[in-house]
Amino acid sequence: MAITVRAVARPARTFATQIYLVEVWRGLAVTFRHLFVNLFRHAMKALGIRGFLPGSVTIQYPEDPAVLGKRARTRHRLLKRDDGAPRCTACLLCETICPAKCIRITAENAPDVAVEKRAKTFDIDLGMCVFCGYCVEACPVDAIHMDADDVELSSYSRQDMIWNMPELLGDKTKVPSGPA
Amino acid sequence: MGKVVKYKLNGVEREALEGRLVIEAAKDVGVEIPHYCYHPALGNPGNCRMCVVEVAGAPKPQASCRTGVREGMVVSSDSEAAKRAQTSALELHLVNHPLDCPVCDQSGECGLQDYYMKIGRYQSSVREDKEHKDKRIVAGPHVMLDQERCILCTRCTRFVDNVTKTHELGIFGMGHSERIDVTPGMSLDNAYSGNVVDVCPVGALTDRDFRYKVRVWYLDKTDSICPGCSRGCSISVHANTSRPWHNDGKRVARLKPRFNPAVNGHWMCDDGRYGFSNLDADRLGKVLRLTPQKTELTWDAMAAELADVLWSAGEGLAVVASGMLSNEDWAAYKSLFLDALSVKRHYFAPEPDQVGAEDELLRKRDKVPNLKGAEALGLKSGSFGELAEELEAGKIKTLYVIERDLTRIFGERAQALQSKAGITILQGPNKYALGDSFAYRLPATAYVEEEGCFTNFEGKIGAYKKALAPIGDSKPDWEIFGLLQKALSGAKQRAAAA
Repeated sequence: MAITVRAVARPARTFATQIYLVEVWRGLAVTFRHLFVNLFRHAMKALGIRGFLPGSVTIQYPEDPAVLGKRARTRHRLLKRDDGAPRCTACLLCETICPAKCIRITAENAPDVAVEKRAKTFDIDLGMCVFCGYCVEACPVDAIHMDADDVELSSYSRQDMIWNMPELLGDKTKVPSGPA
Repeated sequence: MGKVVKYKLNGVEREALEGRLVIEAAKDVGVEIPHYCYHPALGNPGNCRMCVVEVAGAPKPQASCRTGVREGMVVSSDSEAAKRAQTSALELHLVNHPLDCPVCDQSGECGLQDYYMKIGRYQSSVREDKEHKDKRIVAGPHVMLDQERCILCTRCTRFVDNVTKTHELGIFGMGHSERIDVTPGMSLDNAYSGNVVDVCPVGALTDRDFRYKVRVWYLDKTDSICPGCSRGCSISVHANTSRPWHNDGKRVARLKPRFNPAVNGHWMCDDGRYGFSNLDADRLGKVLRLTPQKTELTWDAMAAELADVLWSAGEGLAVVASGMLSNEDWAAYKSLFLDALSVKRHYFAPEPDQVGAEDELLRKRDKVPNLKGAEALGLKSGSFGELAEELEAGKIKTLYVIERDLTRIFGERAQALQSKAGITILQGPNKYALGDSFAYRLPATAYVEEEGCFTNFEGKIGAYKKALAPIGDSKPDWEIFGLLQKALSGAKQRAAAA
C-alpha cells in the first residue's frame, strides 16, 4: 500500500473550549450522577426493597476477599494424575518458553516405564514471574495451571517467593518466614 | 569413474561425476535431500525411502541414495510429486512412533522432528492403535535403547557390523513387530558404543550418561580436540552454562565427535566421549602458598617468589609435565625451563600412568594429546624410574609438577618420594590426590577454558577453542610460564646482590 498524506483539520479553539468551564461541568455531572444513583440504591437496599444491585462497586479489600475474573491468571498450580503422581514429565518446555526465566526444573527417571521421565524438583520464583501464562500454553500434558486464585503473594525475603514442587502441588502449605 | 556428466537438479544445470549418488551430488551443491538410512560412512541400504526424488522418465519416485547421476538426467527433490512421496514416507515412519518428544532426549536434534517441520505437517491418516514395543532397555554401559521410537533405518546395526565388527545389535522379528534389539547373550559394550547414539537419527538410542541431564537446545557448542589420546579426534564440546541447575551443576554436558576426514572421520571412542568427569572436580582456583600456612597470593607476588625458588634451585630442579600441554604451552615451557633456567631433568613420558589400550580404529596407546608438540621442540623426557632414584638420593631440591598426579606414577611411594624434594610446586587444573602436600599451588585452565593447538601422533595439528570461562584465578599454562620468566630477571638481580 502506498503511503498517502491526508490533511486533518485541527479542532477549532473556540471561546467555549478555552475557558474549560464546559468540560469541568460535564465531568462534575458524571460524578454527581454516580453519587445520586449510588445514594438511591443504598437507600433502597437499606429499606429492604429487593431488585436493586449493591450501590457501590468498591470492595472492602483486604477485609473482604478480592473478586477475580474467571480467566484471571493467578498463582501456578501443578496438577496430579489419577493415581496421585504429578502430571509433569519434566519436558522443560515451560522452562524454555518462560520469558522471565523463573522456572527451574530438574528431571529424573520415573519408576513407571510408560511415564519415563518426571520432575525431581520444580521451582517457580514468583518474585520473577510476569504472569504471562506461556507455561500453561506450552505444557503438553496439562500439568500446570494458573488458577490457584491466589494473588496475595508477598513475603519478607526473595527466597520465600520461590515455591517448590510440594507447595505447587498443594501437598505442603507454604509457610512464609517473618520479618528479618 | 571419472567422467563428468551434466544433469539437472531442481531446474538448475549441474555437473557431477557419472554414477555419483544423487543424494551426495545434491549435498555437494548444497541441496539437502531428507534421509535416515543413508550415512556417508555406513552405506545406503535404501530402506527408509525418505530420500525419494522425482526423476523425469521414471514411472515412480526414485530413492536418491540408490540412484547414480547419468548424463542428461532431470532430478527434482522439491517438486510436488517428490514432496508428496517424502511426506508419505515420513507418515509411514510415524505410524508406530510414540511421539513422546516431551520426554525424549533426542528432541531438538531429531530427524523425525526436523523433517516433520520441514516437509511433513500432515494430519495422520492412521486410526489404529500404535504397536507397543519395549522401552528403556539398557543396551550397554553407555547406551539406552527404546524400540518404540526406532524407525528401523539400521544405521546402528551397520555400525556394529561394519565399523566395530562386534555385532551387538541386530534386527529381530518381522513386519509390524520388527525391532532392533541387543544380540542375545551380548551387551553393547565395545570401545565405540557411544557412536550408535550419534548415528541414530531418532531417539531410539540415547546416551545413558546424558539421560535427562539437559535439553539439547540449552547447549552451547564449541569446536575442540579430544585430549584423551594422541589421536586428537576433532570433537564438539557441548556446554551448559546458561542454566547451571541442570546437568547436576557440571558445565560440560557431553562431547560429540566432529567430522574430520583427516583424523577421526565421523567417530570417537567411549574413553574420550565419557572421560570428562574430572573437568569440574577438585579444581584449583586460587594462587596458594601452602607452607607454613595456607596463604593466598596475587599472581605477581607468586611469580616473584617462585622465580627466586626456581633460580636458586639451579641443578636441583626437576620438572614433571605431561602431554596435556598445548603447542603454545610447550613453546613457553621450553623458553622458561630449557632456555632461561637450563633445566636438565624433564619428565613428561606417558609411562606409566598415561598409557592404555590401543586399537586399529582410533584409540592410541599414549593417553595424552600432545607428546609430538614437545618432540617437535626438541624436548626429551627422562623416565620416571630415574626420577624416583634421584628423589631417593636427595639430588632434587625443587620439584615442579605440571598437570600430573604423582600417585598414579609412583603409586604408594608417591608421598614419600614427594617429601624427599625440598620445595614442591603443583601447576594444573585439578588438585589430584597429593594436592594438599605441595608447597605452592598454581591454578591452570583446563583445555576447555583456553585455546591452543595439539599435534597428534601423525604430526597433524588441530586447534581447539575456548568453550568455558576459567575457574577462579586460573590462567593458561603458557601464561604462567611467561609470568615466571618475566619475574626471573628480578630473581637474578636479587641473587647477585645477596
